[in-house]
Amino acid sequence: MSTVANTIFSPELAARFDHLVTIYPLSRSALVPMLLYAQDEIGYVSDAAVAEIAQRLDLVELEVRNVLSYYSMLRTKPAGKYNVQVCTNISCMLRGGYKILDHCKETLGIGHKQTTPDGVFSLEEVECIGACCWAPAMQINYDFHEDLTPEKVDVLFQMYRDGQGKDVK
Amino acid sequence: MPTLVSHPDEVKVISRRFGQGAADIEKYLELDGYKAVQRAIAEGPEWIINTMKASGLRGRGGAGFPTGMKWSFVPKVSEKPKYVLVNGDESEPGTCKDHVLFLHDPHSIIEGTMIAGLAIGSRLGFIYLRGEYRYLLKIVEKAVADAYAKGFLGKNIFGSGIDFDIITQTGAGAYEVGEESALMESLEGKRGVPRIKPPFPAVVGLYGGPTVINNAETIANAPHILLMGGEAYAKLGTERNGGTRLFGISGHVERPGVYELPMGYSLRKAIYEVAGGIKDGKKLKAVVPGGSSCPVLTADEIDVGLDFDQMGKAGTMLGSGGIVVLDETVSIVEFALRVISFYQHESCGWCIPCREGTDWIKKTLTRVHAGGGSKKDIDNVQYLAENMMGRTFCPLGDAAAMPTLGFVKKFRKEFEEYIDGKRVDTPLITIDQLVGAH
Repeated sequence: MSTVANTIFSPELAARFDHLVTIYPLSRSALVPMLLYAQDEIGYVSDAAVAEIAQRLDLVELEVRNVLSYYSMLRTKPAGKYNVQVCTNISCMLRGGYKILDHCKETLGIGHKQTTPDGVFSLEEVECIGACCWAPAMQINYDFHEDLTPEKVDVLFQMYRDGQGKDVK
Repeated sequence: MPTLVSHPDEVKVISRRFGQGAADIEKYLELDGYKAVQRAIAEGPEWIINTMKASGLRGRGGAGFPTGMKWSFVPKVSEKPKYVLVNGDESEPGTCKDHVLFLHDPHSIIEGTMIAGLAIGSRLGFIYLRGEYRYLLKIVEKAVADAYAKGFLGKNIFGSGIDFDIITQTGAGAYEVGEESALMESLEGKRGVPRIKPPFPAVVGLYGGPTVINNAETIANAPHILLMGGEAYAKLGTERNGGTRLFGISGHVERPGVYELPMGYSLRKAIYEVAGGIKDGKKLKAVVPGGSSCPVLTADEIDVGLDFDQMGKAGTMLGSGGIVVLDETVSIVEFALRVISFYQHESCGWCIPCREGTDWIKKTLTRVHAGGGSKKDIDNVQYLAENMMGRTFCPLGDAAAMPTLGFVKKFRKEFEEYIDGKRVDTPLITIDQLVGAH
């Protein structure tokens, strides 16, 4: 078991981290998953999360930040509760991905990597999410939404506003 | 949930359990699950590798390297532990086949990983999924846990005296990590920058140990091949291109979807029959046949068989099996700009030709697309792309250069139309929009 005092994560996540660092031939292999799971819980990878993860893996913070800055899903600032990620790569583009992105911008009143003032939604234009045959597609947090139309997007946003959206973690 | 599609021309080997609830271990067992791994234990490593060689299976990630041969390169005796690594970092634009595989048949990937482990004498396998595939990771994690609960994984698998473990791993968003050595870096908790080769992974791979790294679809084929026999599998395809593969047909077709077709199947038939032809009765303009890195084919070039060798002869690649279909309304300049923007975004910056080349081409094409280019720009794009080829650690540089060359060479007239002011589109690319581009 880790001797690191848990200060910022839930007991469940701390226990998961305690386990994760033991399963690999080298504990550092847990770094990328830990950063992502920390973000899932806190909403972003905070300075405190970086410090604690570094301590858990016996790394200097700089090494953790070096890895953190590489991966596009990891962020160091809060996003909305629901991060809307619209794919505009080729297969989605051909079937109206940009129309969906524009519709999201208009409906939410925000641009790429911005958050609504109430903190409910943030928006991101993303690269291929592997839903090419069901394009245009987007993810809200980890949940996939496919064969989109502007009307479908409106319904989805209302569902999430009403607290009925799925939130896969 | 991705829609499942079907067509009479499909030959269902790897997809035969799709839609049957085989993510459940009991259902998987009912459908011949975990029989191949028991046969593999009984017959031994040499038999496994010979069967894989006889099958003519070639890597489904895109490079098309013969799988049996790859497995045979791993040294029999090694001081360091050996590893099996499953690449489920599916990120090549136009590719979503592993998505369906993880969703519908996760146990086939687990069983395939075990078979690869037995073949090379490894005791530990990793299944790495891209970070965006969290719901699929959950499915795979549950499948692994169920396999442990049954005693199929862990100590003394199937009474063989052999131990085998599997660890599942998530990425966190990086196309580059789909490259094998970058994936190993990522799995070691580092930035996903590629390693120089040689040494190749079969000798020095993950944690410095000999490693077999295969695409998820490649690995999932192994149990089927062992059960049906290498020769029988090979016969489904064409010469040196054994078996079937999952093709994801997307873009402007009537019935997009992931279809399993025999290797060598006609590209024309795949578009016009299997996927139902061009959407809304429009005309075909071009096809990107195997993910965004493959050089484009024009509408006149689609009478070609979908296997590695025939596609190579046609001047393109079979790639990842992601067939992207473009109708007559598509602006090739815009499409080329979207493709290079992707590679510019994903270049890890390690190798200068890739980092600078993708950026420079993107800037030039942005200018051309906005109606402000000159004829020299087209030559310059071609010159840049040609000089990126083969000058980087990993194939990302090539992956950016090859499609760019295809677009510029085959659709040069369209680029010239933009430059001559005959066509101006609203600039499409919104990520990092160039300031004052004209």
